Amino acid sequence: MSHRELDDMLGTAWRKPPLVRRAWLRWTLLLGFAVYLVAAFATIDVDWGRVYEGLDRGWAFVMSFTRPDFVSRWSDIWSGLLESIVMTVAASVVGIAISIPIGLGAARNIAPLPVYVICRGLVAISRALQEIIVAILLVAIFGFGPLAGFLTLSFATIGFLSKLLAEDIEAMDRSQAEAIRASGAKWLQWINYGVQPQVMPRLVGLSMYRIDINFRESAILGLVGAGGIGATLNTAFDRYEYDTAAAILILIIGIVMALEYLSGVIRARVQ
Amino acid sequence: MLRLKNLTKTYRTGDQALKGIGLDVPKGQVLALIGPSGAGKSTLIRCINRLVEPTGGEVWLDDTELTHLGAGALRKARREMGMIFQEYALVERLTVMENVLSGRLGYVGFWRSFLRRFPQSDVDEAFRLLDRVGLLHMADKRADELSGGQRQRVGICRALIQNPKLLLVDEPTASLDPKTSRQIMRLITELCAERGLAAIINIHDVALAQMFVPRVVGLRFGEIVYDGGPNGLTPDKLTEIYGAEDWEATIRKVEDEEEIEAAE
Repeated sequence: MSHRELDDMLGTAWRKPPLVRRAWLRWTLLLGFAVYLVAAFATIDVDWGRVYEGLDRGWAFVMSFTRPDFVSRWSDIWSGLLESIVMTVAASVVGIAISIPIGLGAARNIAPLPVYVICRGLVAISRALQEIIVAILLVAIFGFGPLAGFLTLSFATIGFLSKLLAEDIEAMDRSQAEAIRASGAKWLQWINYGVQPQVMPRLVGLSMYRIDINFRESAILGLVGAGGIGATLNTAFDRYEYDTAAAILILIIGIVMALEYLSGVIRARVQ
Repeated sequence: MLRLKNLTKTYRTGDQALKGIGLDVPKGQVLALIGPSGAGKSTLIRCINRLVEPTGGEVWLDDTELTHLGAGALRKARREMGMIFQEYALVERLTVMENVLSGRLGYVGFWRSFLRRFPQSDVDEAFRLLDRVGLLHMADKRADELSGGQRQRVGICRALIQNPKLLLVDEPTASLDPKTSRQIMRLITELCAERGLAAIINIHDVALAQMFVPRVVGLRFGEIVYDGGPNGLTPDKLTEIYGAEDWEATIRKVEDEEEIEAAE
């Protein structure tokens, strides 16, 4: 019987089974995607005359990178930069410290259901609110300045780090943790010996990445009055001082690249 | 010393993994638990220390009934039962010493364990055990730097440093080569004899079980279908446990291997 099945199959072609099994659904999806793409492009409305005029301004901006002006507004740049760095470090430390317990609570394999629901809820709220929106709200509450920026970044760090930490905990090797539990360890000992070693490299890597993001975000938050180098950058743009703006951007790029390099080195060390 | 009464486990999916297991293990006895995959061997030993919660029945360890213990008392009871795992289950990013000392977690407080300041007696015992299994020079290596056989030895030390009455051993040789498998089985049975420990060893390899243990329990579909000496495992019995197959080769292999052992 099985040989007859084999005889029928020999000589017939073999193809990988398609991702979407039903042919009509597959073709509808593909066609729909193509139609959407064309329609989407059709809605982009470009005023080419305006683009032509804007090219000059854009060119001036690009050219200013060849002669960045660090000097004439140096004290503003320096204080803005310092404020950004303080904001970044403080927000990262506070945010990471709060993220760890929330991340533990948001991992389904180690937290009981009520704790899980609450922690996931916190993560969802933090992730749903974009930094700029939070910053506008906090500036309204606490007034202009780095305090609002610090709080915004801490809040955003919690959503980012807790979620990714929880996902790493959920993906850990169960048997290693089980072995620690079998020895009669208490809950905290179990976390410290069975879970922490497994997720530590990722936690360190993510924390470094978040410090990097926080610094970049601190440059944006200045635009809505939440302090930092962004405020200085905004002022420079408002005054059409593109050379100063270029100097600030170069500094930001330099610092982000340095952080990127540092995080690479640290991540390689903690594997 | 260990006594299971009518132990049952039904998983939420409705699968009956254990159907009223009754088993008596006297002090110092090493028994092998054999049976096909899915027969409930792992579930059985995990129901004893409640890594898996049994659905019904009783587990008596000396005078303590384990299935109704609260969290604190369960932790105390777990200290009495060392467990050795399939694929070793060492915490890979911890050192060998940390892995061994993690067997003492049930005895030391959180801060001591967090700061890795274990009592000197525990540290000394860890050194002694590592020396006994020939890994003293590896104490500060990370667990993931070791070979399979070495890892399982560390796993054995971790279970023994608990100073248990009973060892629960889950497929200790599943991922080891034949020679290392025998060394590990020999080590486990020797250490049990030295310390008067009882042990339940889940094992796939019937021939290996026959070589090292005085008592074999066969499990099929969550029920005990064989309980006796290693020599009572006739082809008929093996067919009852595992289903039809030509068993002559398996059984003959044991005898051959014993000859080789003797020749060595």
